[in-house]
Amino acid sequence: MRESDEQAAFRLMVRSFVEREVNPYVEAWEAAEMMPLHEIFTKMAGLGMLGLEYEPEFGGQGADHTFTVILAEEFGRCANGSLPMALGVQVDMATPSLARFGTPEQKAQFLKPAMEGSMVASIAVSEPDAGSDVAAIRTKAVRDGDEWVINGSKMWITNSVQGDWLCLLARTSDEGGYSGMSQIIVPTSAPGFSVSKKLDKLGMRASDTALLSFDDCRVPVANTIGQIGKGFQQQMAQFVVERMWAAYTTVGACEVALEKTAAFLRERHVFGEPLLAKQHVQFTLAELAAEVDLLRTYNWAIAEAYNRGEDTTRQATIAKLKAGRLSREVADRCLQFHGGMGYVEETWTARFFRDNRLTSIGGGADEVMLQVLAKMDGYVA
Amino acid sequence: MKVVVCVKQIPDPADPGEIDPSTKTLKRDVKLILDESDSYGVEMALQLVDGDGEVVLVSMAPNNEVLAMGADSAILVSDEALAGSDALGTAKVLAAAIKRAEPDLVLAATESSDGYTGTVPEQVAELLGMPSVTFAKEVAVADGTVAVKRQTEAGYDDVTCPLPCLVSVTAGVVEPRYPSFKGIMAAKSKPVDEVGIADLGIDAGAVGWAGGGQEIVAIEPAPAREAGEIVEDEGDAYERIVSFLEELKVI
Ligand SMILES: Cc1cc2nc3c(=O)[nH]c(=O)nc-3n(C[C@H](O)[C@H](O)[C@H](O)COP(=O)(O)OP(=O)(O)OC[C@H]3O[C@@H](n4cnc5c(N)ncnc54)[C@H](O)[C@@H]3O)c2cc1C
Repeated sequence: MRESDEQAAFRLMVRSFVEREVNPYVEAWEAAEMMPLHEIFTKMAGLGMLGLEYEPEFGGQGADHTFTVILAEEFGRCANGSLPMALGVQVDMATPSLARFGTPEQKAQFLKPAMEGSMVASIAVSEPDAGSDVAAIRTKAVRDGDEWVINGSKMWITNSVQGDWLCLLARTSDEGGYSGMSQIIVPTSAPGFSVSKKLDKLGMRASDTALLSFDDCRVPVANTIGQIGKGFQQQMAQFVVERMWAAYTTVGACEVALEKTAAFLRERHVFGEPLLAKQHVQFTLAELAAEVDLLRTYNWAIAEAYNRGEDTTRQATIAKLKAGRLSREVADRCLQFHGGMGYVEETWTARFFRDNRLTSIGGGADEVMLQVLAKMDGYVA
Repeated sequence: MKVVVCVKQIPDPADPGEIDPSTKTLKRDVKLILDESDSYGVEMALQLVDGDGEVVLVSMAPNNEVLAMGADSAILVSDEALAGSDALGTAKVLAAAIKRAEPDLVLAATESSDGYTGTVPEQVAELLGMPSVTFAKEVAVADGTVAVKRQTEAGYDDVTCPLPCLVSVTAGVVEPRYPSFKGIMAAKSKPVDEVGIADLGIDAGAVGWAGGGQEIVAIEPAPAREAGEIVEDEGDAYERIVSFLEELKVI
């Protein structure tokens, strides 16, 4: 695919934004274990980077999906994994259901401010006892007149310490299994909502991830997204774009890692010559770069299918699986070729190694991707 | 108010390509980007107009980036005869193109960042019969006059000058805006007046290689930077730095 002038210009703009407005601050955010998302998102919104595919009426840009790919690839080049993840949650994980199924009132109240950067959104699906098996969630919303009364807890929720609202998946009936769940918008100011604990993680350290609790938390029934009882199905569709985002950012992340590693190895002399003169090193980097290129090409094929309105569940699953595995391989090899320098905090490789480890777990673990594929492709008995 | 801003497309400094030994100039068949030193003039023009007036970009290569930043229209001079133009040749072309726009104010960078002489803006002003102010760090327009803070070695001079005039802008004095998504999408539909040198009433013999009054005799690689002296602080570093600077006669 050849980029149009507009796509190329957008890529250039996002790349210089990441280089000048993001990367210089990453060290401070990592040290603070927090990012000023309202400020960052507001700046981005001013340049039209949020809500690319949403309706202009609700803070969107009315663009096609390829611009999301470009945004994700370029944010993948950030000096940490936390910001591309936080951004992904805001634009592609917590808001697609609202944009698709929400009422104009809901969109005006929650989507528009999120796309203008004044509200930060989270997606709250996982629980302490339900991650891979989403149907095992127990958080329950019981109707009391015009209100839902919510009880339970949500675990691993990105952006939720500073967040303004959650797209919550909860049980709204006793049917069990894949039925009887609903997506509900919960403002973090709602009575009965609290952040129980901010989690201390291996990586993604600038991202605020928390355990949340709902103790007779009350929100209007009018905050239900789409159909009551169809939350699981709506969430499964939302997971598809979430996985695509992860695959897109991985391309940018791996690309910059390989570039930086090659630059280091050109200068680093071992046994009287640059390390990059060693055939083993050359072949390893060349092969990884080739794999990144295959993932990029596959991603763009998904994007085009998505633009045509096709169901991209299978391709998104494949790309997410590959992205998790490939970014682990790239992170490991880049660290290895840096030797001892790869193992210290002052080199980018340490954070890269930690941050990218998540791709194989978050948004559905590799094994869950394989389970989906085995089922779709008929490798089951 | 109508402001013309002159911009140049240059090979990306991050990947500048090479010098052509036969022409002794930079090869221009690589990807070209907006010269960063021009982006300051663009930003100033956009701030001066601020929606009340018009910013017209004049260039010798297509430039959507400036239109995406918010310029209203462009005059693009494109002609095979322009290849190899020296500073005066370039100035003749720019002056003729600027004349078409009938601007109140012309902004240009002090100098470009690829091959440069730092003389083009003043030559353009002379050809247009306009006064010119150089090294501007701040520009304000009121009542048919431009007030410029003109950077000097010691500080700045306050200069006023009647419009129309040409002001060349120092790099780094404003923060150039990013083109927004909307700006990028709108850029293509903005009017671009594409002209050849014949349209400007310029004779092919007066520009390009044919019209060159200046010749590049030789090109040499810049000498490699020599290793500097590292001052390790053993409590007296400041004294050693002061005496080093004194030796250089800079303090
Ligand atoms: C930093 C971070 C941020 C996150 N952000 C969010 C968020 O914003 N919102 C949200 O809802 N969730 C979020 N998550 C949760 C994430 O989606 C889950 O951690 C993930 O889905 C795995 O669930 P689990 O942790 O409960 O692991 P489990 O479900 O307990 O699985 C543990 C492991 O078992 C293996 N496994 C699972 N299923 C199978 C199978 N069928 N066959 C074989 N092996 C299997 C896998 O290796 C898996 O990693 C986040 C997690 C982290 C770590």
